Amino acid sequence: MSETELLLWVRGPALQGATIIFLLGIAVRILEILMLGRKTDLAEARGSAVAGGLRTIISRSFAQRETLQRTAFTEVTGWIFHIGIFVTLLFFAPHILLFEEVLGLSWPALPTTVIDATTIVTIIALLAVLVHRIANRVTRFLSRFQDYLVWLVTILPMLTGYIAFHRVGLSPPMLIAIHILSVELLMVVFPFTKLMHAFTLFMSRYYNGAIAGYRGVNS
Amino acid sequence: MSKDETLGEALRRQGITRRGFLKFCAATASMMALPPSMVPAIAAALEKARRPSVIWLSFQECTGCTESLTRSHSPTVEGLIFDAISLDYHHTLQAAAGSAAEAAREAAMEENYGKYLLIVDGSIPLANPGYSTIAGISNLAMLEETAKGAAAVVSMGSCAAFGGIPKARPNPTGAVSVGDIVKDKPIINVPGCPPIPVVITGVLAHFLTFGTLPELDALGRPKAYYGQSIHDRCYRRPFYDKGKFANTFDDEGAKKGWCLYKLGCKGPTTYNACATTKWNEGTGFPIEAGHPCLGCSEPDFWDGGGFYKAISTPTGDVSKAAVYAIGAGAAAGLALGAMNRARRDKAVGEHEKVNIDDLEKGD
Amino acid sequence: MSATLERGIHAFKEVIDAPVASFFSSCVRCGLCAHACLFYTETEEPKYTPIYKLEPLRRVWREEYSFWGRLTKALGLSKPVTDDMLTEWETLVYDSCTMCGRCSMVCPVGNDIAYMVRKMREGMAASGHAPAGLIGATQRAVTIGSPMGVKLPALQAQIRHTEQDIGLPIPVDEVGAEYLLLLSSMEIMNFPEFIGAIAKIFNQAGVSWTISSEAFEATNSGIQIGVSDIAAELVERIVSAAEKLKVKSVISPECGHAYMAIRWEGPNLIGRPYSFKVVHILELLDDLREQGRLKTTGKETQRLTYHDPCQISRRGGVVKQPRNLLNMLAEDFVEMPESGTMNWCCGAGGGVSSNERADELRLKVFNRKKQQLDAIHPDAIISACSNCRIHLEDGLEEYGMDMPVLSLTETIAEHLAGSEQPGSKE
Repeated sequence: MSETELLLWVRGPALQGATIIFLLGIAVRILEILMLGRKTDLAEARGSAVAGGLRTIISRSFAQRETLQRTAFTEVTGWIFHIGIFVTLLFFAPHILLFEEVLGLSWPALPTTVIDATTIVTIIALLAVLVHRIANRVTRFLSRFQDYLVWLVTILPMLTGYIAFHRVGLSPPMLIAIHILSVELLMVVFPFTKLMHAFTLFMSRYYNGAIAGYRGVNS
Repeated sequence: MSKDETLGEALRRQGITRRGFLKFCAATASMMALPPSMVPAIAAALEKARRPSVIWLSFQECTGCTESLTRSHSPTVEGLIFDAISLDYHHTLQAAAGSAAEAAREAAMEENYGKYLLIVDGSIPLANPGYSTIAGISNLAMLEETAKGAAAVVSMGSCAAFGGIPKARPNPTGAVSVGDIVKDKPIINVPGCPPIPVVITGVLAHFLTFGTLPELDALGRPKAYYGQSIHDRCYRRPFYDKGKFANTFDDEGAKKGWCLYKLGCKGPTTYNACATTKWNEGTGFPIEAGHPCLGCSEPDFWDGGGFYKAISTPTGDVSKAAVYAIGAGAAAGLALGAMNRARRDKAVGEHEKVNIDDLEKGD
Repeated sequence: MSATLERGIHAFKEVIDAPVASFFSSCVRCGLCAHACLFYTETEEPKYTPIYKLEPLRRVWREEYSFWGRLTKALGLSKPVTDDMLTEWETLVYDSCTMCGRCSMVCPVGNDIAYMVRKMREGMAASGHAPAGLIGATQRAVTIGSPMGVKLPALQAQIRHTEQDIGLPIPVDEVGAEYLLLLSSMEIMNFPEFIGAIAKIFNQAGVSWTISSEAFEATNSGIQIGVSDIAAELVERIVSAAEKLKVKSVISPECGHAYMAIRWEGPNLIGRPYSFKVVHILELLDDLREQGRLKTTGKETQRLTYHDPCQISRRGGVVKQPRNLLNMLAEDFVEMPESGTMNWCCGAGGGVSSNERADELRLKVFNRKKQQLDAIHPDAIISACSNCRIHLEDGLEEYGMDMPVLSLTETIAEHLAGSEQPGSKE
């Protein structure tokens, strides 16, 4: 298969296939959760569950001061790489074109120099996160194969994207194909792993806030 | 011009001054990224060069490559350099026709066996040799025979270098490139649809000067001309970096000369000299005229996913796939979710009350 | 019938709902929950990481309620939950967890881990993996009516002593009283002054109240061991008594898990809403204060701090009320660093103190509370849970700290204005 054929396959059937697995998997997992349902609370409410739930969806992104002192590394690197991923994914001009093509929506791009710097910072943060996962006794104890796999499929698009942008090593079509393949790998792995937290955290935070809000506690 | 006249003698005969000649050598040296110290060597070599025999075979081609070259064939030094080769066979430019033309070719091959330069434009059909023949001889047979005595082969244009438009899907003629057929001779790929004229003269000048091929990249293209991407040398690059794009051919961005990435420009993945050397003796190049680069010096550019589709966009219908996926996922999710719920509720229904006697394991 | 692994796994299957499924789906193994749990921070043993305590439940969720999990199970590629695994998890679920819910407050993806531990205990208990001490307490609670084995005569004796001490009657079984007071065995046996304090306060404020001789126990062992059937039975006793005495409201006393049981879990355990309200004693006292019915004189001058009982504060929602009362009572009230809903658990709730096997551990992790106290140097600690009080006293003694642990209700009673007036009603 020539490079052009590979790139076409990657942009064509492979992307369609990955999209199908990605979206189908996410839909199945979300419904599998929701349909287990939650029993109505028969106790007398003190506060609003709905308000509490919605509040916690937002507030849980921000650690409390005391917690921050104990877990600053995780919080800070977590913020950095999450924001970094979103910025590079959503504000790099060629990516916006992809979204425009698929969703019909488009928005302004950030300068490529900003995206470039963000990518480097994100890659560094991800490397730091891996080192921490291995070095910290709690995370080392908790981590399974899946945690390392997810780390790998998350950093690969960042690395391959950076290399493709700078066109180092292989020919540009090959580098772009590898980059898109790495994204397709992420998409295919997504519904089977903890990456689902990107969607399920809205439910888990909501339930948390709702249970607490019903009792009049801001969680 | 007689075959025994050297190039230097030929140039002087035509009134080219030594100064003009040296200017050409200096320009050639600089275009090939050679240091100024090489200029005397180039001049000396070209001065003494005897016109090498050049056989030009045209297969499944549109004659665009010849057109491009001859467009620069005006009273310029490049044009005169063409007098400095003995173009012994060329369908469009030769005076002879029919069996006389074929005889000229065969004579040139015999006389200069092992030393002539073979230039090929157009692709070679393999599905049926009858798709393209010259004097009843298939392209494949003629190429194989002619290549045997060549010192080197130049694949002129994207068709010869990579298969070009005949190879585009569905490739009904089974078109292949020269490199797919000739395996035992040095090949220089000079792709482009067509290639820039000065690129070929530079390649020839290198060959005449050094008797060797210039440094080639992984696709067999001279690095001097194909070593940088259009994107890296494009004058509109600052707009790409700032995120300013033309969305249509006549919108505000287009009028302001913004980046054409959104309109499908293949500049980032295309290697050629268009952005620096330009066309029409430096007048401009497609992007400057407001049209996105087609990527014509890259393999399979006709099948590269669409001239007006940006590289980062999908080539298939992802939106449709997404809608089907979400629909199917919703259906599957509801079914699986319902099954889960039923199983859970069944377990609850089968609950056996735990009382204080049930808290310890039996024996 | 006895406890079996099958009954345990069956219980796991029953308790899994959408929240549990969303929690397990969202966990990214960040480890932040460990740093919110005093059982981890004071031992640095990773096995005490809160989410890890739920591993058996997670496996059942995955294998029963996720497509991929069911597939891997069908292909024989999953690791089932075994009896040995549950044995290993006993100490994690019962000894090193009070269901204090601090982990639930910090999880970045919003997992309510304490919610899940409560559910997991259903399976642990049904499979025979509850601690012996808790099993005993539960059996006593059901057969005798109190986990500590306090029978009605013992209560009646305490009531008589109190009446003599304070010169006020303690109403028992009074039909039509507004409030039914519950008492924890801990209070009856260890802090009987509480009863007198209530009587004095209610007398001054003109609160109509009663105790029930048929249902006086507030502590719900069923909640602690994690058997909803038993917890429901214990709640039903209170509900019957409340309905029989036609009270408008039931008071949960100074006991943490009792409040959780009767106020929040109760109606869900018995499957129907109450026909009466439930208030924590602090809520009632604060209401009385606001209505101007609670009159105190003088203030505590010693430096006081407040320990938030987890089930009342973080998990119960009664946070402001004790502070309103303390502002009324104290001249020098200082909050612990990390107070209110983020205060640290004392380490003994949720059945831990009934579990002898956990004694060493709970004393060790008291160090967390010690560090809080060391930062503010109070003269005394005030709280509103007798189990916290007992354990705080144990801990202070263990660490050589000399500091009284006071009840908020009793402290209010000590500052009541005016003399006692016998024979009040309404």
